Amino acid sequence: MVGILADKDRIFLNIYGVHDWGLEGAKARGCWNGTGDIVAQTPEWICDQMKASGLRGRGGAGFATGLKWTFMPKQESERPHYLLVNADESEPGACKDREILRNDPHLLIEGCLIACKAMRAHTAYIYVRGEYVHERERLLAAIKQAYDAKLIGVGNIHGWDCDVRVTHGGGAYICGDETALMESFEGKKGQPRLKPPFPAGAGIYGCPTTVNNVETIAVVGAILRRGAAWFAGFGTEKSTGTKLFAGSGHLNKPCVVEDAVGISVKQLIEDHFGGVRGGWSNLKAVIPGGISVRMIPADQCDEAIMTYEDLQARGSGLGTGTMIVFDKDADLVKAIARAAYFYKHESCGQCTPCREGTGWMWRVMERMVTGEAEMAEIDLLLDVASQVEGHTICGLGDAAAWPIQGLFRHFRHEVEDRINTYRARKGSYAGASIAAE
Amino acid sequence: MSVRRLAQVQPASFAFSPATLKRARELMTHFPAGRQQSAVIQILWLVQKQEGWVSEPAIRAVAELLGMPVIRVLEIATFYTMFMLEPVGEVALVQVCGTTPCQTRGSEDLLAVCQRKFGPSNHRSADGKFYWQEVECMGACANAPMAAINDYYYEDLTAESFEKILDDFAAGKKPKPGSAIKRQGAAPDGGPLTLTDPKLYDGSLAKKIKIPNLPGKPPKAAKASA
Repeated sequence: MVGILADKDRIFLNIYGVHDWGLEGAKARGCWNGTGDIVAQTPEWICDQMKASGLRGRGGAGFATGLKWTFMPKQESERPHYLLVNADESEPGACKDREILRNDPHLLIEGCLIACKAMRAHTAYIYVRGEYVHERERLLAAIKQAYDAKLIGVGNIHGWDCDVRVTHGGGAYICGDETALMESFEGKKGQPRLKPPFPAGAGIYGCPTTVNNVETIAVVGAILRRGAAWFAGFGTEKSTGTKLFAGSGHLNKPCVVEDAVGISVKQLIEDHFGGVRGGWSNLKAVIPGGISVRMIPADQCDEAIMTYEDLQARGSGLGTGTMIVFDKDADLVKAIARAAYFYKHESCGQCTPCREGTGWMWRVMERMVTGEAEMAEIDLLLDVASQVEGHTICGLGDAAAWPIQGLFRHFRHEVEDRINTYRARKGSYAGASIAAE
Repeated sequence: MSVRRLAQVQPASFAFSPATLKRARELMTHFPAGRQQSAVIQILWLVQKQEGWVSEPAIRAVAELLGMPVIRVLEIATFYTMFMLEPVGEVALVQVCGTTPCQTRGSEDLLAVCQRKFGPSNHRSADGKFYWQEVECMGACANAPMAAINDYYYEDLTAESFEKILDDFAAGKKPKPGSAIKRQGAAPDGGPLTLTDPKLYDGSLAKKIKIPNLPGKPPKAAKASA
């Protein structure tokens, strides 16, 4: 068996788009099977099952999904409840929701219906990132199929009125933050809101709202069909279930794959991603959860497993479970400098530490790439990074600081070598010019 | 943040095409009454599809359609980087992803191809046919390096295959989007290693099932986790 998950335990059966993405194909793969029985249950039952499954949000933060749903008001009022699905996948390294949107859209639509029942909502909006044009077309076509078959909509066969609508963004990473997503959804600049009020109290249009990642919602139907215990049977106590993982960077066969949470980093890379370019001994570092988490060096990758708690203990994080791999030839300083540019480009400009800090950090990182820096600037850079981290409304400031901190935690000597080399070279030029005179 | 300003030269006027207007009005109905502003990004996108870019008169027209102050629409058009604020290439808008995952797999070679063929980024090429730019992560990292050409993704590129695609566009052809090395979506090169069990696809999963843990019985999973 490749990996640690058997085919029969996979949820996403068309993740590679080999089979029919449409309604007939999805039904043949078990989607929309027993949905009516699930939707007939009380919201409390659905939330309890989700809690028992141990599912944690797949968008990166890893908040318990069942618990999140119970934060919604227990009574419907004149303020309607909303489910907002976050399909604004823009984190460098993350490319898993795209496969759901284009190849298994009915799992997402079914999940929307069930989640809406669980939170007493009658409208789900799916906010797809603007660049995913093809994925959006697929999703819209699948939603039309579901409406035509009366699986969703007003007066559908499942007995819970639920409209599913698609909207999209305009190319801003920041809109992946749940409050920025809500601002953008309302037709404003994607600048995050202060919490509290939390979305379950006042979200879009000031109404109770729950924001969930695409993968989180898409697995709901399968969990309830097979039972919470089945899902909780994979992984560890705090990190349960199966999950989509993705690999990019210096791999022989980068891909997206579903496996059990708790698979080791090494097995994931060797079994699914065709191994590191040049063999396992050629591995230098792994960024395990999208670029915003800190990297882990090769010597820890032998034992590291893909769970929230293990990676957190290593100063990193599971994030979205989408790893970027670097081999020994990789220029890590340059890679992180490019990440710093990304954060500088994507900062929304609302909070000063992030707006000014991301640009400053990027400029210093660019000089570190060539070595044209003072040794003392390393500590200054880390000091600035720690002052950006935790001092902004949303997590983008933290996310900008962490890759840099991860680089210096494990590869500070590389930057120091560069600075020394640059200075030594400069010194010899000066000497040469004196000698020439 | 990135600084984005409207183009110096602006057209005198803008008019919605009947198709754009019809779709725009339809999108407005997807939101509760009085909340039609929520459709502004989608409508600006329709405008961009119609004209190729977003002009100042178009921003005013969208503001009028949605009953929004012009400044609020201007804010959206300049905040969101997908909106092109000046005319783009007549044949293609080429957006090469340059972020770390693509960079590690050779996106710099793709950028060099564009530079050589079309000149500086964020400008029209000399013949007016192309407009290229380096963009931030497009979310296709398992198929890196990649470029989006006129909205669709061309993946697993090399300098050679990318240049071939661009030449095809220049020759008036429409190259098929997707993997340049014929990978099946985001499956590993050479074909999927998982999802090979035929039982998943023989329809047996569609047979009537009994949902587990329905009320009336003690929830098994709650015991397991306790």
